[in-house]
Amino acid sequence: MDGQILGGVLFLWRGIFWFVTTPYFLIFAPMWNQVTVLIKKEMTLEWRQKYALNGILLYVVSAVFITYLSVQGALSIPTWNALYWIIILFSAVNAVAKSFVQEHQGRQLYYYMIASPEAIIVSKIIYNTLLTLVLALLGYLVFSVILGNPVEDQGLFIVNLALGAIGFSACLTMVSGIASKAGNNATLMAILSFPIIIPILLMAISISKNAIDGLDRGVSYDKLITLLAINAIVTAVAYILFPYIWRS
Amino acid sequence: MKAYWWKVLAIVLLAYTLIAGLLLDVPRLAILNETIRALYFHVTMWFGMIIMLVVAVYYSIKYLRKGDLRDDDLAIEFTSAGILFGVLGIATGMLWAKYTWGDYWSGDPKQNGSAIALLMYFAYLILRNSLTDVHQRARIGAVYNIFAFAAYIPLIFVLPRLTDSLHPGNGGNPGFNAYDLDSKLRMVFYPAIIGWTLLGAWIATVRVRYRRIERKLEDKLINQV
Repeated sequence: MDGQILGGVLFLWRGIFWFVTTPYFLIFAPMWNQVTVLIKKEMTLEWRQKYALNGILLYVVSAVFITYLSVQGALSIPTWNALYWIIILFSAVNAVAKSFVQEHQGRQLYYYMIASPEAIIVSKIIYNTLLTLVLALLGYLVFSVILGNPVEDQGLFIVNLALGAIGFSACLTMVSGIASKAGNNATLMAILSFPIIIPILLMAISISKNAIDGLDRGVSYDKLITLLAINAIVTAVAYILFPYIWRS
Repeated sequence: MKAYWWKVLAIVLLAYTLIAGLLLDVPRLAILNETIRALYFHVTMWFGMIIMLVVAVYYSIKYLRKGDLRDDDLAIEFTSAGILFGVLGIATGMLWAKYTWGDYWSGDPKQNGSAIALLMYFAYLILRNSLTDVHQRARIGAVYNIFAFAAYIPLIFVLPRLTDSLHPGNGGNPGFNAYDLDSKLRMVFYPAIIGWTLLGAWIATVRVRYRRIERKLEDKLINQV
């Protein structure tokens, strides 16, 4: 037992040492080619099956419109903020949920043979980040047009959107990988991702509140760093764990 | 005797916790009054839960590295024990909160944090049950367990920063260091943590053994034909 604990500590220490001292460009250079090719593939695929993309875009617009009709009249700023993020969250869950099921098993096996799992998860995360960002910007546009735009610090708001999109996409891509192994029903995707995404969502909402109120950027600086750190943790863990789901 | 000394220790410590926790003198404080004894029965649940969950994550990592189903048994059963402690912790906490804060649920960050933890681990159980292949279930379960735990740690640090906690020891409320000057509380508190944790480990190991026997019988049944 003692030997095991010592082994664990050594393993952890080697991990930290590796993490701090590695010249990353050497590790990622060969992977990077794969990643760019895979991202291009995702985009082509999305473009060919336009109905999926259009569907999710329409989802955002309808969701915002339903919200607008339901609130009937003035919306306080915290409520505006909360509703906006909830809609983005639900759209993102729906958009990312399909990332491992839109292609059938045979093709998955083909990717399994030609690409490393790390390249696949990185490319999916980057692609889903772009997709979530598009959804968030579209949502923002529609929100501004029909529910009014109370945001005073546009720059901070957009930066926060981008960070939120990275976090959402890293978390949801990983969870959709897990859910796809379990029959991929929508319920599973939601219940698995919601509790995990809460820290990202809460940080994003509180920064976005600061941006709406037009507070000095120094106030949000601390929170931006925290959000970035959470994103880094989630992405790193997804990067490490993904090969284990991919292999099965 | 060698193998089960810790079970005897668990019984002794819990008996001590029950007797001393209910009968021993406690500091007299306004609002808290006698409910301060919740320290031994409620706060210790959280320590138990976190320890159980850390052990479960350790065995999940071990499963992913070695692929031995015996590690998976430990991971799932320690998680279950953690969930049991979590549910008890929330139930006792809500009762206590009703008498001291006036409401069962007051949106306190620790309350919310624990509720989120339970959501995560209930989702974990559902995920496991939705998979039929034993190895697949173990692997995907382990991945989700580690992933959820990694996301949970920042949450514990983020939540309290967003709002103040009503809990003693947070947001200007004195913690028990402030009034436990003669360490009377500690004399029961620390043994209680160890006692409850050992009880949790006991429950988990019994269930692990049950699980392994079940699997053995199943294998026998399959190989017969």
